[in-house]
Formats: sequence, C-alpha cells, structure tokens
Amino acid sequence: MSRRVKLALYALLCVLCVPFVFPTWWMVTSSVKPISDIFAFPPSLVPSRFDFSTYGRVFELQPFGQQYLNSLYIAAVVTVGTMAVAAMAGYAFARIRFPGQNVLFLVVLVGLLIPSEVTIVPLFQMFHTAGTTDTHWPLILVPILGAPGVLATFIMRQFFITLPGELEEAARVDGLGRFGTFCRVALPLARPALGAVAIFTFLHSWNLYLEPIVFLSTPSKFTLPQALTQFVDAYGSPLWNVQLSAATMTALPILVVFVLAQRQFIEGLAHTGLKG
Amino acid sequence: MTVTDLGNRVAERAATRPRHFWTIPRRDALVGYLMISPQLAGSALFVLLPLGLVVYYSLQEWNVLAGTFEFVGGDNYAKLLADPNMGQVLTSTAFFSVGLVVLNLTLALTLAILLDQRLRGTTFFRTLFFSPVLVSLVAWTIVWQFLLQQDGGVNGLLGVAGVDGPNWLRGETTALLSVVVVQVVKNVGLNMVLFLAALQGVPRQLYEAAQLDGAGAWTRFLRITVPLISPTILLTSIITVVGSLQVFAQIAVLTQGGPGMSTTVLVYYLYQQAFQFRHLGYGATLSVLLFLIVAALTLLQWRLRRRWVFHES
Repeated sequence: MSRRVKLALYALLCVLCVPFVFPTWWMVTSSVKPISDIFAFPPSLVPSRFDFSTYGRVFELQPFGQQYLNSLYIAAVVTVGTMAVAAMAGYAFARIRFPGQNVLFLVVLVGLLIPSEVTIVPLFQMFHTAGTTDTHWPLILVPILGAPGVLATFIMRQFFITLPGELEEAARVDGLGRFGTFCRVALPLARPALGAVAIFTFLHSWNLYLEPIVFLSTPSKFTLPQALTQFVDAYGSPLWNVQLSAATMTALPILVVFVLAQRQFIEGLAHTGLKG
Repeated sequence: MTVTDLGNRVAERAATRPRHFWTIPRRDALVGYLMISPQLAGSALFVLLPLGLVVYYSLQEWNVLAGTFEFVGGDNYAKLLADPNMGQVLTSTAFFSVGLVVLNLTLALTLAILLDQRLRGTTFFRTLFFSPVLVSLVAWTIVWQFLLQQDGGVNGLLGVAGVDGPNWLRGETTALLSVVVVQVVKNVGLNMVLFLAALQGVPRQLYEAAQLDGAGAWTRFLRITVPLISPTILLTSIITVVGSLQVFAQIAVLTQGGPGMSTTVLVYYLYQQAFQFRHLGYGATLSVLLFLIVAALTLLQWRLRRRWVFHES
C-alpha cells in the first residue's frame, strides 16, 4: 500500500469515528462543566473549569445510590442465573441423548422468534395476578428463564457441539457421571462461550428499559435507565447538567471495564456470533 | 425370616434391580431431562404461556381498574383494521426498519473492510467504533437528545462549517432519520465485529489469484468477498431486522413518537395503547401483529438463504 493511500485511509477512519467518539467524550466532559459551558457556542471540547457539584445533585434529586445498586444486583443475578441455566440446557441438548430431545429443543427455540415486546401485556397481567408488580422479580425471572435466556442456551449448545467426544469418554472411564463430566470437563472448557454469554446478558439487563417502566412505579425500586430520564425540573424539562452526570456514572464504569478487556471481549463475541 | 435375612434381601434388591433399570442410557436421559428442566419450565411459563395468553387477550377487553375481562371476539381486530393511525404507524415502522438495516449493514461492512486493511492501529479504531455498544442505551440516547436540539452540539458543529442545521427532533423526516442514525451509531460496532471475523476467514490466495487474472477491486469484492461472507450477511441481517422492530427506549426518550406520529413505530404504539391508554386488549392485538411480522420476516430470510447464501458451515 502506498503512503498516500495509507494517509487517506487514516483520514477517513478519523472522520468516521467522530460520531462514535464525540457523544461519549461530550457526555463525560460536560458532566464536569459549569452549565454556561454546556450551551456554549461553538461547543467546547474541554471544560473551562471543573465543576463537580452536579454529581452531588444527582443523589439529592433521586435515590440514585439505591437505583445504582438495583441495576447492579439485578444484572449480576441475571448474568449468573442465565449462565447456569443456559450452560446446563445447552450441554444437555448438545451432548446427552434422551427421547423427545429434538421436539423439546424446538419448543425452547420458539423463544428466539419472540421479541419480549410481544409478550409484555400477558407478562404484566401474570405478574400482576401474582402480586409481584413493582418488585424486581419480573426483571430477574423473565430474562433468565424466558426469551432472552434462549439465545444464551443456543450459544452454549453451539459451543458444546464442537467439543471432541474423546474428552468425555476419558472422563467416563475415570468414573465420572454425566453431571460430573459436565461440571469438571465441559464447563471449564466453555469459558469463551460463557464469557460471551455473560457480556451479552449483563448488557441486556443493564439496558433494559421497557420492562422496568412497565413493572416498576416506586422510585427507590427503579433501575438506572429508568432513573436517568427522571432528572427534570418542575415543568418537565430535563436538567441537562444533572442528567449528564448521572449518564456518565451509568456509562463510564462499564466502558472502562470493557475497554480494558476489549480483546477477549470482541473476539468472544465474533467467535460466538459466527457460530450462531 | 430373621432380621438378617430381610436385611440381606433388601441389600440384594438394591444391588440388582436398580442396576437393571438404571442402565447408563437411562441415567443419562434422566440427567438430560433434569439439566434442561429449568430452561424448559421457563420457556413454558414465560414464552409459550404468554404467547397463548396474548392471543386470548386480543379477543377480550380488559378493564384494569375493575380487573374484569369481557369477551369481545374480533372487535379488537376490526378496530385494528379501521384504526386511522395504523397506516402511519406501519409506514414509519417499515421506513425505520429498512433505513436502519440498509445503513447498519452498509456501514458495518465498510468499517470492517477498512479495518481489515494492513494498517497499524486498526485495533485502536476497532475499539472506538465498538465503544458505543457498551455505553448504556438510555445514557447514549440522552446525550444525542441534547446534541440534536436546536442549539445543540450537532448544529453547533454544522454552524462552524457555516451550515444552519434544522431542529432535528421537531421535523417529521429529520426526527425519523435522527432516531435511525442514533441507533445505527450505537450498534453498528456489533455487526462490524461479526463482518471482520468473516473477512478474516476469506483465504488471501483467492484475492491474489483473481488479481493475477486481472480482476479489479470491485469485481474481487463482488465475486469473492460477498459470496464467501454471505452466511454472516444473512445472520447480521436477521439480527438487525428483528432488532429494528424492537427499538423502543430510543424513541421513548428522543421523540415520544413525535412530531405528530412520525416516529411512532409499532412497538411504541403498542406500549402507548397498552400501558399509557390502558387498552390492554388492543395492546395484545398489536402484539399479535408484531409477532406475525417478526415471524414472517424471519421465515422469509431463512427461505431466501438457499438463494443467496453461497455456502453454509
């Protein structure tokens, strides 16, 4: 490749990445700008001085600490639960033979076809009847066991299919049962697939928006996406600086963690996506 | 019979009968059933049951306050056909989905090809293009809402270039376009990564051979790249089409379906009818429609795969 072509490519990449990078950069920097800077024209790329006061306001206007905790623990429980349920089901469908296997797998696969929006009305009614609206149960149970979990099961099954059978035979000869083989042999090998499932699931739960606004009505039970839209003044106009501080606190930790681990992360996703 | 005899016989039975019954395949099958049971119970309770119920509710009018159901037969479906908003809703939905899919796949493939070149620093750019995927959805949308205001950052940047930008979220066409762009920039990184992986699987020798035969860059792309990555194109297009029909938070935060009904796509309309206006029966009817559309599109793409997917692993 000639020098000129290379330079042109770099220029193109730099221009293209503006809409990808600018919003995040702007969110983070604006959260520490004084309000006059946020509306400055032309927009300023760096704060003229640092003002961290809005970060305190976030916690005054709403039980933001509690909401943060809600999002974190729900996402953690959903991620661990999904990994367990999907790994077991995926393994059984891939490596164990039992009567009715194919039919049951098809029954489970229906979940892939159904966007959660389709079933939100009956799910609302079901949880309403059970007296569990305005609790976190729907946000935990449905993602683990319902349609979102099916994708995880499918990914795990695709992975377990590729494991060589000799490994399991060796384990059996050594006297391990089926479940023992799964726990001691297959599961440790499934780390890349489990990692991809964990990331997918965590992000899905972290971003969930329709379900929380349908199921929850008490601010102290809100999750972060729902809470972010509540920073408004008495007339319903957004308090921009406070909203941006809250948004930064929601977005930045995840971003930092994944940028640090981006290699494993992106490769895991690509790997799994291709096989799906 | 002495106690010892009895004990011996019990021990004998325990040693023989279970072994006859619990053969290895049977034990395996039991473990198999146990291992799939949480997922199976979940599918029954949270997927199949609600799917049945949504059809049932679409035949009822449900009074939330009184907690009563009233069988109304096909009334909700008649209402659907006569609903003056449906034309607009379906048009917006179709426009939105087509715009999103075309823009997303084109951009994802372009970025993937750019990053597949032998250049230093592609990992760095890959991280940048991918990063919005990781930013929390509502946070991302709130930032864009600010940037797209009349006096927001986008118009600020345009102003530097001497262009007077419109009030993006207040114009019917620009609002729809804005939601599409915000969504594409957010998620295109995911498809880009899938395309990159697929491109790296194309054998380099094929390109070299074609080049020797005098094939230009465009011909090489159409005749080698596209056919060889066609399974990935199929996969990403299915994911993106179905995903486009589910976009909700962006619309709820950015435009609330407006201005007018220009960004009221089917999912948003469903939410409004069911949970804002409390017409749960009608909401269920709209859910049935959404399901039929998603199922039809998925099936169609699956059928088409034989026509245009070059090979399948």
